Amino acid sequence: MSGVRERFVLPARLLHWTMAAMILGMLFVGVTMVSTVGAAHGALLAWHKPLGIAVLLLALARIAVRAIYRPPPLPADLPAWQRRAASLSHLLLYLLMVAMPLIGWAMLSAGGYPVQIFGRLRLPPIAPHDLRWYSRLHAAHAVLAGLFFATVLLHLAAALFHRLIRRDRVFHSMAP
Amino acid sequence: MPFRSPRLADLGGALRRHWRAISLIAAAVAVPGLLFAFAAGWLDPGRLTPAKIADALEAHDGLHPGFRRAHAKGICFVGRFDSNGQGARLSRAAVFGPRPSSVIGRFSTGGGQPYAADGRLVFHGMALSLSAPGGEQWRTTMDDTPIFNVATPQAFLEFQIATRPDRSGKPDPAKVSAFLAAHPETRAFIDWLRDHPLPSSFANGTYYSIDAFRFTDAAGKSRFVRWAFVPEAPFESLDKSRLASLDKNFLFDDLVARAARGPLRWHLVITLASAGDPVDNATVQWPEDREKVDAGTLAVDRVVAEDEGPCRDLNFDPLILPAGIGPSDDPLLAARSAVYSASFTRRAGEPAQPSAVALERGGAVRSVP
Repeated sequence: MSGVRERFVLPARLLHWTMAAMILGMLFVGVTMVSTVGAAHGALLAWHKPLGIAVLLLALARIAVRAIYRPPPLPADLPAWQRRAASLSHLLLYLLMVAMPLIGWAMLSAGGYPVQIFGRLRLPPIAPHDLRWYSRLHAAHAVLAGLFFATVLLHLAAALFHRLIRRDRVFHSMAP
Repeated sequence: MPFRSPRLADLGGALRRHWRAISLIAAAVAVPGLLFAFAAGWLDPGRLTPAKIADALEAHDGLHPGFRRAHAKGICFVGRFDSNGQGARLSRAAVFGPRPSSVIGRFSTGGGQPYAADGRLVFHGMALSLSAPGGEQWRTTMDDTPIFNVATPQAFLEFQIATRPDRSGKPDPAKVSAFLAAHPETRAFIDWLRDHPLPSSFANGTYYSIDAFRFTDAAGKSRFVRWAFVPEAPFESLDKSRLASLDKNFLFDDLVARAARGPLRWHLVITLASAGDPVDNATVQWPEDREKVDAGTLAVDRVVAEDEGPCRDLNFDPLILPAGIGPSDDPLLAARSAVYSASFTRRAGEPAQPSAVALERGGAVRSVP
């Protein structure tokens, strides 16, 4: 019975990989749907909202799992700057997982759009109907999407750095 | 090597030792990065984007900050839709249930010039946002012609470019004829306009859904339909030869005066497609004998200027649909949704300008500017 866990617990690993697929999917859906007038626009828009809400719910579950089960520690010999970069980028990822769906939801609210999911399920507005706010939130949603994607790529590069160059246990701790 | 720091030497050594791993990591970042750039259309300058069509609309009619890029001149109204129950046979949308829906709407003239004279903007549009009891929304933007002038978003873009006024203020006839030669459906639309009278008022016009949609009933059965809002006010035609001499806001004046006398009414008439009717081409009319269902009555109770009204800050996106109404495969439909959103986002970021149609205290229209 070692007190220190070597791997993330199963719920954390499940959430990580499910959300990784969903978040990458959302980023691609989002960037595609705003850049085409083709039939994909309508279909992708219809999926973007329920997927976004699902990401928000899973992110909240994930924060709870993380609060309950402490993640395994980083290797003791990891340089301080890499340690700091890891915790900052993880914090940023958590913030974006929660903020992006909320900003999208608030943006639709400020634009006077019904937040209708497949027609029937409706969510209440979480911001006043005000086009100035819609415009700001729309810009924020776009900029943060770019930041989110860049952070995910950085995260991926760092994971592979641990696996292929440092050859420590960090990648293994979250491997499926 | 006096210019080489020990750190850089370390780095050089590390690069040599780990070049395989480093290439793999670089590829693992570059591949999704490239896919993302591809998805965003950055690698594909030919992609038809919503921004391109919004740009073409701005180039055609000038940039008028704060206004819709098409149907820029308009007025709001509020009212209600009373379902008569017949629509429930076709669609399970709550709007066809027994209780009335509240309506926010907008009448508009065509084009992207918010201060142009009504006589120059001969297309009329009616946009609706219907909120069923319980809050389910259905938005629709309709024109007063049963057919559209182009069948695809690409043709729409080319039409905007071909008919763009040059320095003389008129489009280049050579470009217009070249477009029409390639687009018999647009020629047919122009002939339709020539052969049919214009309604004299917003209140006696019929407004058509433009695209086909798919209605699904409670049992899950789907049908393709188009719809029209058919006025109770008797049709009167406008003398097309007098258009230029009519008052700048004659359509809006007339609407305000009529609405002051009592609610204006339209019937929602749903037309069912028969097998073989095109459901993906808005330039082709369906035969007259198709089954029609009168699903209820729209009452326009009160007209409100855009600056004070509830419609200005709405995007009447035709893909905001309730359960029971779905899109067809008409390529214009997704394009309308995408371009309306681009237009909406652009104007939302611009300072709002006063509408050309303002109402005096007594209700009369005052021209702005």
